[in-house]
Amino acid sequence: MRKVKEFIIEKLILICGLASIFFVILIFLFLLKEGLAVFKTVSPFAFLFGKSWYPISEPARLGILPLILGSLIVTLGAAVISVPIGVACAVYIAEVAPAKIKEVLKSGIELLAAIPSVVLGFIGMVTLVPWVKHVFNLPTGLTALTGSIMLAFMAMPTIVSIAEDALYSVPRVYKEGALALGATHWQTIHRVLLPAASSGILAAVMLGIGRVIGETMAVMMITGNAALMPHSILQPVRTLTATIAAEMGEAVVGSEHYFALFAIGIVLFVISFAVNVTADLFLHRRKI
Amino acid sequence: MTNPYRTQNIAFFFLFLATLLIVVPVGLILVVIIQKGLPAINWQFLSDMPRQGMRAGGIFPAIVGTVYLVSGAIIFALPIGLMAAIYLSEYAKDNVLTRIIKLAIVNLAGVPSVVYGLFGLALFVIFFKFGSSILAGSLTLGIMILPIIITTSREALESVPYSFREVSWSLGASKWQTIRHIVLPNAIPGILTGTILGLGRAAGETAPILFTVAAFYLPQLPKSIFNQAMALPYHLYVISTQVPNVDEKIRYGTALVLLVLVLFMNLVAIIIRYQFRKKKKW
Amino acid sequence: MVAFDIKDLNIWFGRIQALKSVDMQIRRNEILSVIGPANSGKTTFLRMLNRLNELQLNFEMSGRVELEGRDIISMDTELLRRKVGMVFALPAPLPLSIFDNIAYGARMHGINDGKGFKEIVERSLKQAYLWDEVKDRLNTSAFKLSGGQQQRLCIARTLAVEPEVILFDEPCSGLDPISTAKVEEAMLKLKADYTIVLVTNNVKQAARVGDMTAFFLSGELIELDKTDIIFTTPHDERTDGYIRGKFG
Repeated sequence: MRKVKEFIIEKLILICGLASIFFVILIFLFLLKEGLAVFKTVSPFAFLFGKSWYPISEPARLGILPLILGSLIVTLGAAVISVPIGVACAVYIAEVAPAKIKEVLKSGIELLAAIPSVVLGFIGMVTLVPWVKHVFNLPTGLTALTGSIMLAFMAMPTIVSIAEDALYSVPRVYKEGALALGATHWQTIHRVLLPAASSGILAAVMLGIGRVIGETMAVMMITGNAALMPHSILQPVRTLTATIAAEMGEAVVGSEHYFALFAIGIVLFVISFAVNVTADLFLHRRKI
Repeated sequence: MTNPYRTQNIAFFFLFLATLLIVVPVGLILVVIIQKGLPAINWQFLSDMPRQGMRAGGIFPAIVGTVYLVSGAIIFALPIGLMAAIYLSEYAKDNVLTRIIKLAIVNLAGVPSVVYGLFGLALFVIFFKFGSSILAGSLTLGIMILPIIITTSREALESVPYSFREVSWSLGASKWQTIRHIVLPNAIPGILTGTILGLGRAAGETAPILFTVAAFYLPQLPKSIFNQAMALPYHLYVISTQVPNVDEKIRYGTALVLLVLVLFMNLVAIIIRYQFRKKKKW
Repeated sequence: MVAFDIKDLNIWFGRIQALKSVDMQIRRNEILSVIGPANSGKTTFLRMLNRLNELQLNFEMSGRVELEGRDIISMDTELLRRKVGMVFALPAPLPLSIFDNIAYGARMHGINDGKGFKEIVERSLKQAYLWDEVKDRLNTSAFKLSGGQQQRLCIARTLAVEPEVILFDEPCSGLDPISTAKVEEAMLKLKADYTIVLVTNNVKQAARVGDMTAFFLSGELIELDKTDIIFTTPHDERTDGYIRGKFG
């Protein structure tokens, strides 16, 4: 009798083990189900590369290039800011910081990771947006740059903690060998440790960027939501994520607009899938 | 030739600066929210319904809604996530299938939250016809936090020493008996930590609930899981962007409540983890 | 009279062959000492007797192992491991109280004495010569005991499920001489009721304790005979070499 119970339990465990695969496939399938329908009215090429996004005009113009570029600009801007600062911070915490402050710093960064993005969006609205407007003398502070700054901030915990792990897992003999040869601590860091940890640091950066690409609320609240082809980082833009969040409320279920938003969801899913798989490969390569 | 020690000092200074650049704003953000939000916090704010189109009154329904959603999410995610973690830790072999499962978990963790919202809309709201409801929202949030639960639970299970399992098996206990009586009980603190972290995450997310449950304003509290609900993160979004002329302190107050809720949960999780490490019997 | 009958046992882990064509019998109520250098296969051999090997990666075997005439492969593993208990090299108490450690196996098998396991626990601890030392603190954590006491706890724990055979895998390797002596004393008393197989790196211990001794080298059983013969006039020169300390 106990054997029968155990058999059932172990089968349940197996099913749950497979659950994550099941859910990934399910998500992709449902995105496809609702998203592919848009390609009846617009070709994939026109969708991905069309320069006009006017989903509610008659006829609807469903080109997401402005949105892709919006996401791209904000993401790149965030990367440019967050990668050097994040890696530098990881190096500081892993190698330079005295033990007592280390814990405080790590807690501070974990704290940042825990703050909900809508709260950061709110703070961004009331502090960053006016600041950017003032400093750059712009008609509005709702710009891609503002988004980049806030998103860089949000990517930091990911970048710092994974890069830190990468540095920790460099075998101690590398460091000790370099120091024994007379190198200074800093020389050891930038000539030995960083290169040795490079694939892990690369993974950290990719995961951080992956997080940024997927960010919705903070972006929606501070980048301005102008779905136009961006010309500079100092103008309002619209990202892929913000588009879905902002427009789904208005889109009629089963309309072209509705399908188009799901198609954007497919694009986002594919991008994040690619980033995560690649980053994971880098992390695993390093561990071997 | 430049003195390498001078270079080092300059380099270390910049590293320190970079660190400050991250850590100081965090502190500032907390200070600002507390400073400007605290004046709004009083019992009335927390227990009253919103009035005058959110410009006055309280945020009680948003708090209640968040509690419902988070509870629902964990009811769904904990059993499945824990069993999946048990599978990975105790049963999975080192083969391609296991690699794929782990990859799937990494992917679920990386899916943008708004895509979860789309998925929840398509599957729960429309396909299963649950409508915009606490049920749909909880399930969506549940799937979203599944990776967190699985990963932290698995780490907790794997940290139980292998020798305990070997001893149990050599006494003739079955695999499941060993898990139930030895492995699980000793992994509970770690599992608890992960669960609370998952709860914290679910409480703070907006995008997944935008189209699956969130309502702008409800005159009454939800009466069943098929009702819509208000929620703190969505409420903050709405009063910051959709409603003009809301008193600043109400906005900050809402942000403060949400922040305190989320940070408190994280704190509890960390304390549990810390206590567990100290008191470990082996 | 025969507890284990082993016929042409071969074991592989992946491509490495750990045991080659082992043929032997283990008699009831005797102590069999198993000696040999590192990688001789002696631990692999021991772990075959309670099928603990199967949990390792890429395990394969051929041949037949019978316990009291029954093929152990076709036997239910849980039943086999109840009949064939094991004491490990490093004392491994479970993270439970002393009482719960001993009662654990009995609980899992549903063996009850009708008195909340108290009789089983007392009897097992007495058989392991530990009762007097712990009888007043049965509810304290097992980790608070000394190494030697923990090892005797592990013996008591195994005895609690009423086995027929007890396997000892280098049980004294982490213990001081006095604790070692106590464990050996327990083994000698236990053989009256149980069959004992002892794997040890300590050749002198093998001589002190074993009725029969088996010498393994590189996965093969080189010689199996009465202990006196192995230690005075072994047939194989390799056995002689190992015992004299010429290698291993």
